Amino acid sequence: MSEAIRQESPLVERITSGRKAASPSDAGITLRERPFLGCVNLRGNPDDPDFTDAVKGVLGLALPSGPNTVADSGDITAFWLAPTEWFVRTGANAERDLIAGLEEALAGQHIATNDVTGNFTTVELSGPHARDVLEKGCTLDLHPRAFAPGQCAQTLLGHAGILIRPLADGQAFEIVVRRSFADYMFIWLEDATVEYGGMAVSD
Amino acid sequence: MLHIKCPWCGWRDESEFGYGGEAHIERPKDPDSVSDAEWADYLFFGSNRRGDFRERWVHSAGCRRWFNAVRDTTTYEFKAFYRMGEEPPGGEQ
Ligand SMILES: [Zn+2]
Repeated sequence: MSEAIRQESPLVERITSGRKAASPSDAGITLRERPFLGCVNLRGNPDDPDFTDAVKGVLGLALPSGPNTVADSGDITAFWLAPTEWFVRTGANAERDLIAGLEEALAGQHIATNDVTGNFTTVELSGPHARDVLEKGCTLDLHPRAFAPGQCAQTLLGHAGILIRPLADGQAFEIVVRRSFADYMFIWLEDATVEYGGMAVSD
Repeated sequence: MLHIKCPWCGWRDESEFGYGGEAHIERPKDPDSVSDAEWADYLFFGSNRRGDFRERWVHSAGCRRWFNAVRDTTTYEFKAFYRMGEEPPGGEQ
């Protein structure tokens, strides 16, 4: 007897059909998980055109060079993490092909690719109080005048390290969180949302 | 709460950072050739300055890069932030 190995989101016990059905209709925020997205940590020298050109050829977009900025083509999202480091995200189960493409295009260069798909999950927060809730546990200024689409940041929410970017001016945010902190973050968000009518969970 | 300026990420709250002690302390290039006294001096004896102090910080919840700062140890006021490998502002101490 053997069972097929099934991919499981770290939020599998939180985001249930019962929890979705019990979502308040006037919720202050709505949480939607995008589990299993392919995640690759890429290291290289942004001042070397051999590196940046080859990466652009594989990703179809240029790596963001400015600190705390993000480039997004729809299929691929590339977050700046550090002066020589990016978080490249692709569709579910597409990370192997992406890594193979990068390794081939960058052969012989001083670079590193690491499959970190299993480390993270992604959630989207939307709703009229998304920013209010996040600002209770994050010291960044998340107002669109300071944090607009195209920007991203690694910071803390509660005590959990997150990678966050605004999706629409002040109304929606995307958060990439470590697998082991996802459950904590979900509970923190539920608690922080009580005063705004609770948190809805959607597909 | 201190406000600290990461040379890459800009101003963030102290809770995102870790402290690394005095900056510009050079590890003896050949530890086997130094005396116990010299090794102890390297390991244990900082300058313990009153006033402007060059120190290391790491942006541990952000870009995870180490950098240097100059901070007044009596007022906690930061005077400068600069990247690893850059000359400290203000000349010799
Ligand atoms: Zn930083």
